[in-house]
Formats: sequence, C-alpha cells, structure tokens
Amino acid sequence: MDLPRLTPNQRSASIWLLYVLGLIPGLWGFYLGATGQIAGDPVRVFEHLLGLWALRFLCLSLAVTPLRQLVGINLIPWRRALGLLAFWYVLAHVSVYLLLDRGLNLAAIGEDLTRRPYIMLGMGALVALAPLAITSNFWSMRKLGKNWQALHRLAYVALVAGLLHYILSLKVMDGEAIFYAGVTVLLLGYRLVRPLVRAPNRKKTARQNTENRSADMPTR
Amino acid sequence: MPAFRTPPVAPSRITPKEAYLNRRGFLGMAGVLAGSTMAGVPLFSDEARAAKLATTPGPFVTSEPLTPRETVTSYNNFYEFGTGKSDPLNRSGDFKPEPWTVTVDGLVAKPQTFTIETLTALPQEERIYRMRCVEAWSMVIPWAGFTLNTLLEKVEPLGSAKYVAFTGVKRPEQMPGQRGFFQPMAWPYVEGLRLDEARHPLTLLATGLYGETLENQNGAPIRLVVPWKYGFKGIKSITRITLTEQQPPTSWNLMQPEEYGFYANVNPAVDHPRWSQASERRIGGGGFFANSGQRETLPFNGYGAEVAHLYSGMDLKANF
Repeated sequence: MDLPRLTPNQRSASIWLLYVLGLIPGLWGFYLGATGQIAGDPVRVFEHLLGLWALRFLCLSLAVTPLRQLVGINLIPWRRALGLLAFWYVLAHVSVYLLLDRGLNLAAIGEDLTRRPYIMLGMGALVALAPLAITSNFWSMRKLGKNWQALHRLAYVALVAGLLHYILSLKVMDGEAIFYAGVTVLLLGYRLVRPLVRAPNRKKTARQNTENRSADMPTR
Repeated sequence: MPAFRTPPVAPSRITPKEAYLNRRGFLGMAGVLAGSTMAGVPLFSDEARAAKLATTPGPFVTSEPLTPRETVTSYNNFYEFGTGKSDPLNRSGDFKPEPWTVTVDGLVAKPQTFTIETLTALPQEERIYRMRCVEAWSMVIPWAGFTLNTLLEKVEPLGSAKYVAFTGVKRPEQMPGQRGFFQPMAWPYVEGLRLDEARHPLTLLATGLYGETLENQNGAPIRLVVPWKYGFKGIKSITRITLTEQQPPTSWNLMQPEEYGFYANVNPAVDHPRWSQASERRIGGGGFFANSGQRETLPFNGYGAEVAHLYSGMDLKANF
C-alpha cells in the first residue's frame, strides 16, 4: 500500500504537526485541571491522563515496524516524533507525581520507590526510555551504528514495564487495561514470531528495502 | 458517646444551589466535547435529577469544609455503570430508582418489604460525614437519611442474628456496567456488617445528600453509609437486607480477598498490598493547586472515639 508522496518540506511540516497535535491532550488537560474544571481529584485525573497518553504513543511508535513489514505502510519518518511524545508524556507524568501528587514529600516518594512494585515498574520504564530519547538524533544513530538498533530494543522493556505499572495501579482490570494488554501482546508477539513469518518473504523484502533506501532508518 | 456536638457549619457557608448550578453553566458543551476525547476525564456537570428532601440537622457533624455537591455527584465509583470515575454520572441516565422496594428478611421476627416512599417518609436527618475511599482520597458529604437501626427495630432481629447482609441491584438493561463481554465483578453487588456495626448510631441508610434525594450515580434511591469504613462498604441502590447467623459474602472480598477484608475499617497502619493507606487527598473542589495536599489518614477515619470499642481485643491487622 502506498501513501501519497510528500515533498521533503511537506514531510517535515507533517512531523511538526504531529508534535503539536500530540501535545494537545496534555496541554488541554493541564488547562482544565489548573482552572478547576476537572471534577473530583484533578491531580490524579491529570496524572492518569498523561500516563495513558505515554502508553498510547509508545504503542504507536512500536506499531510502525509491523505496519511497514506486514501492510507496507511506511510511517518511519514519524516514528521518532511518536517515541519522543511518549517520552515527554512519561516525563510529565512523573513530574506530576513528584510535584502535585506527592508534593515533593521525599519520605513518601522514597517509600513508594522502595515498597510499591507498580511505582518501581513505572520508574523502570522512565529509565528505559531516557537513553532512547537522548539517542533519537541522527548524530547518535551514525555514531552508534548497529548498536543503536540494539539499544532501542529497550522500548520493548519500557512498554512491558509501563503496562504492568498501569495494570497494578488499578483496583480491577477494566476494558481499557485489557485493550492495552492485548495491544502489547500483539506488538511484542509480532517481534517474536517475525523470524518464522518473514523467512519466506525475505527476498521480496530485501528488494523493497533497496528501493526504500531514501527513507532508510534502522528498523526495530 | 458524644452524640450531640454543635453543628459548626453555618448555613452561610453552604453554597446555594443556584450558585453551584450556574457557575459551571458554560461547561456543559465543553464536557461533551472533551469527555469524548479525553479518556473519560470527569468534568463537572449541571445535570440534576434530584428532588428536595426535608431534613433536620442530626448528630455527628464535622467542622471540615464540605466537598462541593458538583464534585460529590461527578466523581464516583459505581461499577454497575462502568469503572471510570465519570461513568456513574454519564451512564446512569437509564436507571429507574422508582418504583423501589427494600425487603428486610432473614433472622427477624417481622420480615417486611418497604416501599421507598415509606422509607423517605421516616424522619430524615442530615449527617455530615467524612468519606474515605480505599483509593486514598476522601470527601466530606452532607448525607440525608436515617439510621439502619431505625429500620432494624421495625423488623425485630432475632437473638440468633449476628450479621446483616445487603444486596444491591442487577439490571443490565439499565446499568451499562453490568452489560457486555467484560464484567469486573459478579452482580448484584453484596456487602455485609456485623450486627453491632449495623446497629451503631453512625451507620446510616442515606436517601439523599445536600438536602436532595440521591442522584443515580450516588446510589439512588437508598444506600448504606458507614463512615469509619472504606467507601466500598457503602453499598448503593439496596434492594434487600437479610439478617444472618454466618458472616455474609462481600463483593470486593470475593474478588480479591488478600486486598479487601470483610471489616475494611479505615486503618492507616494497614496498607493496601499495592499502595499506602497512611495518607489521603481531601477532595474539596478547585484546581490542581487548591487541594493537592496530602493529609494523614486517621484510624477509623477519625471516628475512633465512637467505634473503636466495637473491635476491642481484635487484631485489626489480621481482620483488615
């Protein structure tokens, strides 16, 4: 399947548009919460909203490769923006936790970090994503070469840790949690079965890859 | 027991209804727009289906500021309508709290079925209680209702009765959380108390809040309020009350017995296995910066003077 061809300028504009659109849910939530328009526990609601959008963007960034390999839709030019949006939402989520939720009460934060598995998992996801955000530039890609791809497999670790963090914070698994658990199984399961599924198609893909070299970036 | 304290909430401090209904008027549209795109963020609502309810000030008040009515009616756990905090408000429109009856039976001399009209015709007291959710947030709510003991006296419990079992309502056609492929728990919701807890003067059958009948999302037409226990003990939309000899099953305990006990007394010394119960956030309305502070959780939610004697000699860490 082919997407409409974009000129380099259009592609660059569309990436910036993605950054802007991607930040809207967080900014809108902040506006509603800061002006007292969220009912109940606005801190907790905003915190959860940021965490959920982090999970969404992480899932979307990890859906780029299966989409390309299975359906032939190439969204790789937008993948970095999706990954960085996920990271920014994680950072915002953690900031709200530290500043608004725990009010920088270091004793309470320390206790959470040492005694609450779901907090440890969430922090683990942040730690796994940070080096990916730092090395998301072309310079790092060139510098790291093959290692870049290996390093960025940490995204899988972040997704599993993030999902477990989310599920363990709930009183019961609800439909939404089951949905994201299913998406995670699909995204990571694809990576597991890929060697089996793609072996017969290897020749064809090799040809495609040569043709697509202009948009080439390492594939996760 | 200090049953009668001076009610310190002056009428002037209670927000008039017109004010809280109008203040957020423009938000109706924003709520519709944002609600569909913002992952179920609960927004304030003007929708009011409640009717006036005549109450007299009762004992047990608190000087703490009340949680605004619009918050009490917008941020709820009532899984019969969905697991999201805004689901009970947004998805309870089809629920019909009238006609309604409550059957009281089991180990009683005079089992009876009461219509909701009979029950709201009883003298209704206003009780201002703290409400502590097991999720570590709390509210201060002016309930209206009568003590459960008032009802129990009418049916005359037998000497063999040791516990009181409560049954909620199962109406999948009116309660969207009870429909569909994924169900978080078995329906109807069930709860229970020991008979002495049930007869305690703090234990309330609430028919209203803020001087009006209950909204569907708050458990219309009648619900239990046990202020020294976590909020999930307060079963909503009660259809049956049965006195038993054996400890009755309770919904959350059936589902996750290692996390939710039968007693569920508010206890900062016993953490939920996955999170701390030592502190809570008081929900008082306003934005991030109005109420973001955590406060210490008190044993028995601050009602220790009234109820601690019910548990003397009991290991509350084992009987959580």
